[in-house]
Amino acid sequence: MFDVRVPIRDWIETAVRYLQRQFATVFDGFADVVDAIIGALLSGFQAVPPLLLMGAIVLLVLWLAGWRLALFSAIGLLLIDNIGLWTPFLNTLALVVAAQLLIVLVGLPLGILAASSDTAERIMRPVLDFMQTMPAFVYLIPAVMFFGIGLVPGVVATFVFALPPLVRLVNLGIRQVPTDLIEAADAFGSTRWQKLVKVQFPVAMPTVLAGLNQSIMLNLSMVVIASMIGARGLGTEVLRGIQRINVGQGFEAGLAVVILAIILDRLTASLGKRQQRRARE
Amino acid sequence: MTTSTAAEPSPRTHPRPDDRPSASECPADAATDASAGKRVKLAARDLSKVFGPRPERALELLAQGGTKADAQKLGAAVGVYDVSLDIHEGETFVLMGLSGSGKSTLLRLLNRLHEPTAGQVLVDGLDITRLSRRELLAVRREKFSGMVFQQFAILPHRTVLDNVAYGLEVQGVGADERRRRALEATALVGLEGWEAYYPAELSGGMQQRVGLARALAVDADILLMDEAFSALDPLIRREMQDELIELQARVNKTIVFVTHDLDEALKLGDRIAIMKDARVVQVGTAEEILTDPADEYVEAFIEGVDRASVLTAANIMQPVKETALLRDGPNTARTKMRRHGLSGMLVVDRERRVHGYVTAKSLGAQLEDPDAPRDRIDPERMEPAVVVDMHEPLQGVIGLASEASKPIGVIDERGRLRGVVVKGAILAALAQPGQTGNGGVVAGSGVAREEGAGV
Ligand SMILES: Nc1ncnc2c1ncn2[C@@H]1O[C@H](COP(=O)(O)OP(=O)(O)OP(=O)(O)O)[C@@H](O)[C@H]1O
Ligand SMILES: [Mg+2]
Repeated sequence: MFDVRVPIRDWIETAVRYLQRQFATVFDGFADVVDAIIGALLSGFQAVPPLLLMGAIVLLVLWLAGWRLALFSAIGLLLIDNIGLWTPFLNTLALVVAAQLLIVLVGLPLGILAASSDTAERIMRPVLDFMQTMPAFVYLIPAVMFFGIGLVPGVVATFVFALPPLVRLVNLGIRQVPTDLIEAADAFGSTRWQKLVKVQFPVAMPTVLAGLNQSIMLNLSMVVIASMIGARGLGTEVLRGIQRINVGQGFEAGLAVVILAIILDRLTASLGKRQQRRARE
Repeated sequence: MTTSTAAEPSPRTHPRPDDRPSASECPADAATDASAGKRVKLAARDLSKVFGPRPERALELLAQGGTKADAQKLGAAVGVYDVSLDIHEGETFVLMGLSGSGKSTLLRLLNRLHEPTAGQVLVDGLDITRLSRRELLAVRREKFSGMVFQQFAILPHRTVLDNVAYGLEVQGVGADERRRRALEATALVGLEGWEAYYPAELSGGMQQRVGLARALAVDADILLMDEAFSALDPLIRREMQDELIELQARVNKTIVFVTHDLDEALKLGDRIAIMKDARVVQVGTAEEILTDPADEYVEAFIEGVDRASVLTAANIMQPVKETALLRDGPNTARTKMRRHGLSGMLVVDRERRVHGYVTAKSLGAQLEDPDAPRDRIDPERMEPAVVVDMHEPLQGVIGLASEASKPIGVIDERGRLRGVVVKGAILAALAQPGQTGNGGVVAGSGVAREEGAGV
């Protein structure tokens, strides 16, 4: 239709190249930190005998979410070990936990910032929409360019994809705190920090936890995708199943992902309910 | 405006050594005679608040005689305009007015929850509109006992005790003292034993007690209350009003209480300010406002724009301690009077219809008169009783009470005695819940009349 093609791809490529060159040390430093976190998590997980680690996870679940989910976790984890997926499972767990740590670390302050400033919210909203709707695969390319192959770019791609719901719901939760509670906090002479910590955040907690839950689910959905850039784990097994057209192998690895997803989902959901049971009708 | 505070270069760097207000801070126009000489705790000076873009333009318009509606065309909502008030130490000051008249806005200007567009707020003589954020926080903590809200505004994730301790926590009071004072305040509002419960487990009335305890725990001088009892059902509401009066006698705070309910204003307020369209149109005691309304708006207000909330005889009557029956002998009647310390009684028949009024003196005379009947009260010696329909508005009752020298009987549609209004105790009666909860329409027909003596 037109003679001139809008050179979006050239722009992006130039921009990424530029960033890559100018901020190489920053990216490398960041990669090292993430690498260290994952490494620590992984060696921690692997140092413990599988049965002991399973026991610890089951106890944690029992304490937070009750015996039903604890029973499910026990059976699920034993099954994963039984079909020989324990090591990939730990890899995936380390990836998921590391990415989620980053998400919480960045997402909470961003959400709070968005809630306390209309301008910040207006700027963030389209960026978040973009981050979440852009097909997840697309993040793999720059992630690889900046961080090479392995777990680190996996964490970064996951971070970008799974961050938005947390920021969004922290913002929403804090904005939905009833005005008279805010007025009460102010009338008693609370500082901004006191108001945030004693009133806004606790009252917004159920919404914040819903955001955490959503972002964990998105995080998990990236596991298989991230394996395409060399993030070892259950995703790699799925990928192998695809490459060999081996339904059974793919299904087993997929099942392990589902078990992890169910445990994490119910766990965060029950955190929300626990809080609500005490505070609301 | 020529207040000394406005003339001072900076009240921050020159804190008033002695915070008693000087004469110039207390313009005569704002102080009524009755209150002269009392210490001003909280004052508003030419205070205005306009919401929306370019508030100064709206203020200019108003200064040139424009109305609130004119300002609205500029896209500005006038919350409060040009209000000057003195609120005295230890008084309960009520802000009353129709919905949207600016009561809540004015209340929130007093602790600067709303930033004033113009004017000053003086707390113990200190202009808080010029304070930095940090200084303002300090004033809110030291001078104000927070605020009590219509929807309670207590924290759902905290127990009763932790809610009550909130203000102390914010001030950095240590855990032990915090707990002690919170327990004390919780007991003060009658919530002993509920300390560990969560708000969702409490009734509305109890939640509002938590709100009140939270304010009392802080133990600062000024207590702001915005329609604090309006969300409660009528019985609980009266109970809370009574308790506030009782509490106030003990803690002696300066209370600013917002309501749109005349009943509540009359009952609680030492003085009442009536607001209309963002302005204060009258300030005075309940009596001053009832007997001498400043304009038709106030008149309409107390006569009953909101008719259901206007006081009637039924609202202010007291239970009848004792009556004489027509068939009572003079001795029986006199014994009844002695037992209840009365100097006179209404005489009723078995249907409790009023037949007259008899005094101890006339009974004595009857007993001394050998010709008088012994088996019943002598109709000749009965006085006519003053009775009033229970739906008679308060004004009529006040007029009647100031003339009558005896208690006024309050009767229902069928002429039966339901209560009495005692002369000179009308305001005292206002402080007690009425006997009947007739929330119905006021029938203006109940003209006071004298019932003839005799059968
Ligand atoms: N935050 C705000 N933003 C814009 N306009 C406001 C705001 N708060 C109050 N107003 C306006 O100021 C005026 C006074 O409101 P205010 O809430 O003080 O009335 P009120 O007397 O307390 O009424 P009510 O009995 O309904 O509580 C109203 O016209 C209202 O629309
Ligand atoms: Mg209001």
